[in-house]
Amino acid sequence: MLFITQTALELGFMYALVSMALFLSYRVLDIADLTTDGAFVLGAAVSVSMAAAGHPFLGIPAAMLAGACAGFITAFLQTRLGVPSILAGIVTNTGLYTVNLMAMGWKSNVSLLKQETVFTLLRKTGIFGDWYELALAAAVTLLAGVLLVWFLGTRLGLSIRATGDNRDMVRASSINPTFTITVGLCAANALTALSGAVVGQAQKSADINGGTGIVVIGLACLIIGETIVGRGSMLRGAAAVVAGSIIYRFIYALVLRTSIVPIDCLKLVTAIVVGLAIAAPSLKSWAALQKRKIAARMEGGD
Amino acid sequence: MAEKSSPVLELQNISKTFNPGTVNEKTALRGVSLTLERGDFATIVGSNGAGKSTLFNAIGGSFIVDTGKIRLDGENITFLPEHRRSQQLGRLFQDPLRGTAPHMTIEENLALAYLRTAKARNAFFSRVSKVEKELFRNQLAQLDMGLEDRMRQPVGLLSGGQRQALTLMMSTMVTPKLLLLDEHTAALDPGTAEKVLSLTKNIVAERQITCLMVTHNMKNALELGNRTLMMDSGRIVLDIKGPERDNLTVENLLEKFRQGTGRQLDNDRILLSTTEEK
Repeated sequence: MLFITQTALELGFMYALVSMALFLSYRVLDIADLTTDGAFVLGAAVSVSMAAAGHPFLGIPAAMLAGACAGFITAFLQTRLGVPSILAGIVTNTGLYTVNLMAMGWKSNVSLLKQETVFTLLRKTGIFGDWYELALAAAVTLLAGVLLVWFLGTRLGLSIRATGDNRDMVRASSINPTFTITVGLCAANALTALSGAVVGQAQKSADINGGTGIVVIGLACLIIGETIVGRGSMLRGAAAVVAGSIIYRFIYALVLRTSIVPIDCLKLVTAIVVGLAIAAPSLKSWAALQKRKIAARMEGGD
Repeated sequence: MAEKSSPVLELQNISKTFNPGTVNEKTALRGVSLTLERGDFATIVGSNGAGKSTLFNAIGGSFIVDTGKIRLDGENITFLPEHRRSQQLGRLFQDPLRGTAPHMTIEENLALAYLRTAKARNAFFSRVSKVEKELFRNQLAQLDMGLEDRMRQPVGLLSGGQRQALTLMMSTMVTPKLLLLDEHTAALDPGTAEKVLSLTKNIVAERQITCLMVTHNMKNALELGNRTLMMDSGRIVLDIKGPERDNLTVENLLEKFRQGTGRQLDNDRILLSTTEEK
């Protein structure tokens, strides 16, 4: 049980960054950014390749920079070239497949054998004992969360929030929505790539297909977190994604251990959960309408 | 003081046709020319589809005009993008929901409006200071709606009238060179509309803001401000000011319109509001 807890917390913190990115793009900016899958692999590819070349620390900011570039392209496509936002993400994502292969030296996966990672370096210091991986993952995620909440309270952050809330008003406040969307998507994809970078070095490998479906999992975590922690302030939102991500990884670990559900089915289950959660308002009003219809039939007798 | 001499707004022969070359082609503005002097407060009336809102969109920069030139305080803004123009323009729409961000607090909305100050524009990572919060609170108190005690609440909780008053405050927080009011009280109930209108009058008079206001209320059109413009099929057909305007009644105005265009003023809301007042 301790092992499950430790693993779930580690993975929960590392993948929480993806949900944090989706919180920024999907909740704050109101854009479904499908660059996520590719940006995650890009982060892993850059960070692992850099670690393989002997630069584990440099690999992390480099991965974030690469992610920000991917976000910039998605933003450019939708703000300047008029590509619908969902399609813009898919187009970038498709292109990223090749870029990711390139970042891994045209191989479909890269592994670190003897090379140091940020995690092995921390283990060597011996400060956190067996908990070094959790300590680092938690530190990175909490730092990112604090920075994100701080950022969303600055004037630029407020402008980004307003862009997702009322675009008319943003223009009337002399803010350029093209600029705020671009900054928002760059930041979101930098966060996603950071997640990939940390996960890649923790697992000592990057795989070209490692990001498949990560956007849906990230959304699932976001929704789980919001259900439990609630919505409202930016601080609450950031706390929600971390909580949601940890809970998701707990469920994942339990399923893996107990094999109640075959682990291969988990993506389907995740997809169904996300679909239902997003559909909830429509389903509720449909149910209310049916109830109303039945009541009318009972009264009227026809 | 060379600046003083240049008019605040100068429209030279601006035109706009939407969907040119299609069955939906519509010429919304046909060579409109207008000059507003500093401190001018002009009301605009006109029939449905006369081009009143299109005129505001042209000035505000929602689209670039096909022909003609727009000058704001001597500066040519014909090709300036919307967000750049809004540094100097204040604008209110009929829909009270358009001017504020509903999920953000009153304080955060005001902070956004305050971005128009030159100082704040270059400080991306600065936060709202205590002094600014105090400034917001004082200004909110002047609205006399109790909003100064609700600064941490999301704007979505406010009524339409409160939101419109807040938008008015936001768009005049940094005194705009020109204030565009597009039937900004039309969606409010009569009592609230009255209050927002008197608030508008006070702010415009106090700060001597140059102002254009579209209204469907003919009485307001004659009572408010110092000039009345009448639009029809994309043109300004009447421009009345001075003593001539002072002696004008609503009936005279309608009669003038008939003479000017050869037909009755056709605006369902105007008809409704004039019959109400009789």
